Amino acid sequence: MRLAILDRGHGSGTKALFALIRAVSRQPVLDVIKLVKYRPDFYGRPMQAVTHEAMRGPSAWSFGDRELMAALVAKTNGCEWCTRAHAAVAEGAFGDGTKISAVLSDLETAPIDEPLRATLRLLGKLTRQHVVNADDMRAALAAGASREQIEDALAVCFAFNTIGRLADTFGFSLASSKAFEAGAKYLLARGYR
Amino acid sequence: MSEIRQARKALVARILEGGGKASVAQRRAAFDNAGLAEPLSTLVDKVAKHAYKVTDADIAAARAAALSEDQIFEIVVCAAIGQATRQYDGALAALDAATKKE
Repeated sequence: MRLAILDRGHGSGTKALFALIRAVSRQPVLDVIKLVKYRPDFYGRPMQAVTHEAMRGPSAWSFGDRELMAALVAKTNGCEWCTRAHAAVAEGAFGDGTKISAVLSDLETAPIDEPLRATLRLLGKLTRQHVVNADDMRAALAAGASREQIEDALAVCFAFNTIGRLADTFGFSLASSKAFEAGAKYLLARGYR
Repeated sequence: MSEIRQARKALVARILEGGGKASVAQRRAAFDNAGLAEPLSTLVDKVAKHAYKVTDADIAAARAAALSEDQIFEIVVCAAIGQATRQYDGALAALDAATKKE
């Protein structure tokens, strides 16, 4: 990573935790973990509370739907790290990679429900252009997404528009597929806290 | 997702108003992407608008301006959350406009 403190600046308790993670998972510690564990009172803990609520809090969207949103936002931001990470979680959540591959290659033809497609389209525009207008919202509502579902999707979008920027700016190192799979298993079992 | 607004509020309050190594004014300016001098203005603007374009040189320039790694860490976090917040707030306002009773 571009800041040495994020690789090596953690306290001794956290370094011991990293050693344990490496021993148990037999994978290197993912850079996103190193980031949230660095001075966690500043960013990690309050951000994890937001992310956990967005990704695992009560919502009409399934966990898998929300991972599709995360991966699409990441891809739209050009963040390869986050795209791979959340494609792996979505694959785990749905039991296979068909939906996530289809959504990332062509949203318009992906085998998903219309309210989800319209919501993903909305998040894509918001991420790409930084703004959306009332007509964009009316289009998603007309496709069957409820006001509450749109609000929930915007919270997912917020979390991943933050994390993707940090991944790119701090220069997260791409991990192996096995390391992303191990991370995905953890997130599916334990959530984002 | 009833707790999301409170959780977001706590996050923003922490990074902008809580203790830190960068000044409160610097963190606020990074969050707003406004009023920063070079080289930070370039770095923060890239983080906000196209973070994938950030290079080693952008971080090196911030270091050369006598900023510590902890200060750069805080400023980048504020820049990222600030932009994501503007997107989120703008979208919620659009949703309000779309669902307002005639």
